[in-house]
Amino acid sequence: MFEVVHKRQLSDAVFEMGVRAPRIAGKIRAGQFLILRVDEKGERIPLTFSDWSAEEGWVRFIFMRVGKTTHKLSHLEVGDSLADAVGPLGVPTRVDGLGRVAVVGGGVGAAVAYPVARAMTEAGSDVTVILGARTANLLILREEFEVLPLHELLIVTDDGSAGEKGLVTAPLKRLAASGAIDHVMAIGPAIMMKFCAETTREFDVPTTVSLNPIMVDGTGMCGACRVSVDGVTRFACVDGPDFDGHAVDFEELMSRQRVYTEEEREADAEYLRECECHR
Amino acid sequence: MPPVEPSAGKARHKPSRVPRTPMPERSASERREDFDEVTLVYTEEQARTEAARCLQCKNATCIAGCPVNIDIKAFIRHIIDGDYADGVAVLKERNALPAMCGRVCPQEEQCEIACVLAKKGEPVAIGRLERWLGDYDLACKLEERCVPQVAPASGFRCAVVGSGPAGLACAGELVRLGHSVTVFESLHAPGGVLTYGIPEFRLPKAVVGAEIDMLVRMGVEIVTDAVIGATYSLDELMGEEGFDAVFVGSGAGLPMFLGIPGENLNGVYSANEFLTRVNLMRAYEFPAADTPVWRGRKVAVVGGGNVAMDAARTAVRLGAEEVFLVYRRTEDEMPARHEEVVHAREEGVEFKMLCSPVEITGREGFVTGLVASRMELGEPDESGRRAPVCVMGSDFEIDCDTVIIAVGTRANPLLAKAAPDLELSSRGYVLTDEEGGTNLPGVFAGGDIVTGSATVILAMGAGKKSAGAMDRWLREGR
Ligand SMILES: Cc1cc2nc3c(=O)[nH]c(=O)nc-3n(C[C@H](O)[C@H](O)[C@H](O)COP(=O)(O)OP(=O)(O)OC[C@H]3O[C@@H](n4cnc5c(N)ncnc54)[C@H](O)[C@@H]3O)c2cc1C
Ligand SMILES: Cc1cc2nc3c(=O)[nH]c(=O)nc-3n(C[C@H](O)[C@H](O)[C@H](O)COP(=O)(O)OP(=O)(O)OC[C@H]3O[C@@H](n4cnc5c(N)ncnc54)[C@H](O)[C@@H]3O)c2cc1C
Ligand code: FES
Repeated sequence: MFEVVHKRQLSDAVFEMGVRAPRIAGKIRAGQFLILRVDEKGERIPLTFSDWSAEEGWVRFIFMRVGKTTHKLSHLEVGDSLADAVGPLGVPTRVDGLGRVAVVGGGVGAAVAYPVARAMTEAGSDVTVILGARTANLLILREEFEVLPLHELLIVTDDGSAGEKGLVTAPLKRLAASGAIDHVMAIGPAIMMKFCAETTREFDVPTTVSLNPIMVDGTGMCGACRVSVDGVTRFACVDGPDFDGHAVDFEELMSRQRVYTEEEREADAEYLRECECHR
Repeated sequence: MPPVEPSAGKARHKPSRVPRTPMPERSASERREDFDEVTLVYTEEQARTEAARCLQCKNATCIAGCPVNIDIKAFIRHIIDGDYADGVAVLKERNALPAMCGRVCPQEEQCEIACVLAKKGEPVAIGRLERWLGDYDLACKLEERCVPQVAPASGFRCAVVGSGPAGLACAGELVRLGHSVTVFESLHAPGGVLTYGIPEFRLPKAVVGAEIDMLVRMGVEIVTDAVIGATYSLDELMGEEGFDAVFVGSGAGLPMFLGIPGENLNGVYSANEFLTRVNLMRAYEFPAADTPVWRGRKVAVVGGGNVAMDAARTAVRLGAEEVFLVYRRTEDEMPARHEEVVHAREEGVEFKMLCSPVEITGREGFVTGLVASRMELGEPDESGRRAPVCVMGSDFEIDCDTVIIAVGTRANPLLAKAAPDLELSSRGYVLTDEEGGTNLPGVFAGGDIVTGSATVILAMGAGKKSAGAMDRWLREGR
């Protein structure tokens, strides 16, 4: 049904994949996501659109191999098919009227940051991108960001193997403190978004974060994706995924992301055992 | 001249005076262990014995008790006479999905309560007979099954949003009337609540699937993975996509929570999420199926309707040691079907009546208990039920690791947000006239999205009625 038409490995565990999905491709705006199932027994997982072509009827996403479903997905090749793909889901990211923006992409969050930064530059915003990873060979999409008309591209790695040594919050703090930015968009692991929000809070720079709780349907039907924002429960799949980073309860989000850790480990281990024997 | 013999089998019916034939069931201890169906089907002999109890009243009051007015007297007569295929045809005149309704309709408050024999407490088991005929039909080879006649092609194209009972009934009727029909469903499988909500042990998915196959065979096209309001808007369906009329049967799928502290702890589920993980995603087969579900040892289910019963009984089957049903009122006020309440009890669900949750407690992010207040019944409220009032200082804690909230659902705003001109009630339900017409020309609606959570048969009735109105609108009114 949803044929794989493109596959590219970006780093050890990160892949870019394109699938034919003409119904979806014409409607997407930056920041929206799809939910897919690899096969008939598959789990429904959300992935953000990284690129799309309405004319050619395909969509792309970039994913990190972290568990069973993303593992299975990484084993698909061009010509294979996904069982399901539904979207576009979620509220599009606001890309215009934000003034000078810093877009922070950490780890695989760079995949989500890329279409957002691109849409912001297209909307005429002045965009600085801070791209972070643990080490140089985990940096993804660097060339793609380099060709965007950015104000500046800042690279940060934990070990200093590329760009500045340290965490993304260091350059973010300099930008916020110097009054060089009006808005921050932070996308990455929950812990990174939390520290970005804490960094900008003291300088009163509005900060949007893109939350990634566990989802099932993605249409507001189950409440698996609930997050607390300003003490109010919201459904990230329909009310988000973007929220005010200064109001999000990150501890709750991180705790909720861990609910199935044991089951996930079991499922992934079993899958790997099986898949090694017929590879 | 010898007297004329009445034709064989069609003799004047003499009702038999035997007691109501009990439904064969699997034992509670056996069914706690799996997801197979709880009730077994009547044998042909049992069905005929039960049918023979029918008085074939001149004025059959049961028919008015049925929300879609199935000619109950006629289909039972066909069972008496052994003309099963004719019986199926009678059912299908009014109800495209008899094997399902026979299982899940609240017959005890519809047709069976209106049966003359109900006065003596032993109505004819109309629901079980309906189910028996429905299953008879499903067991036939596809080419021998009763396929309703389809009218010549009208040339009109209709879109149906949602593949629950409302959408399916509407689609079935529209193809029968000669229109081309496409059903758009946001999930990856059709059926609505029949598929993701009502568990396998009460409504086998094979039954749902077979009924849907029949509609497909009649010509209904079903497009899954299509969210109206995201993939297409209502306007696009009527515009670029070229449909002449649309029926909205998107259900009341937005789960409500209690708004008490601790509700976002791990181990707290909406009934929708819990049931979806288990039914639609088949988490009970994990890890063979990829989707996990938290298998609680001690589970508290909050609510007193069918949904709460389904969640509690599902938790039992996932291996919980203790399952509590926590309800604010008493068993008399519980909206769940009596049969479900009995089954839940038999399977070991412990009822905690007159208890209202006030807080969910937890440690390191996971649920450890549910704190509830004791209630007593006060004066009747506007619904006529005696309103529960809190007993001061009566709070106590139920030790549990899972809490499932089954206190109702509301309209999902997703579709309406993308259709700002569609008129809604203050609570977000679609406003319609008697026949499902909305304020937008060519757009009709029915089922839970109009009435709020109701029943399968009411949703089907609404879908079918709207199909009739759509047909008239297409052919005459535009
Ligand atoms: C709106 C949204 C957009 C996302 N976009 C991207 C993206 O562009 N690229 C990317 O690599 N990842 C993205 N993610 C995360 C991605 O969905 C998870 O990595 C994926 O579901 C992991 O599945 P798994 O079976 O491989 O791993 P598992 O072993 O099952 O899980 C690993 C971790 O992933 C998370 N996870 C598991 N199941 C789900 C689920 N059904 N829904 C959401 N999270 C889950 C959990 O926190 C879990 O601990 C996004 C998540 C959300 C909510
Ligand atoms: C657990 C449970 C048990 C129940 N038990 C019984 C019972 O025993 N007997 C009984 O009579 N009733 C029962 N009910 C109630 C009954 O199931 C509902 O009243 C009935 O299903 C309503 O039908 P519907 O077609 O209006 O909506 P639904 O069955 O909710 O179907 C709506 C469909 O529309 C889809 N949809 C929603 N929005 C969109 C969109 N924007 N685009 C595309 N598709 C969309 C949904 O995914 C869904 O598939 C039960 C309900 C539940 C939840
Ligand atoms: S994922 Fe089900 S409500 Fe958001």
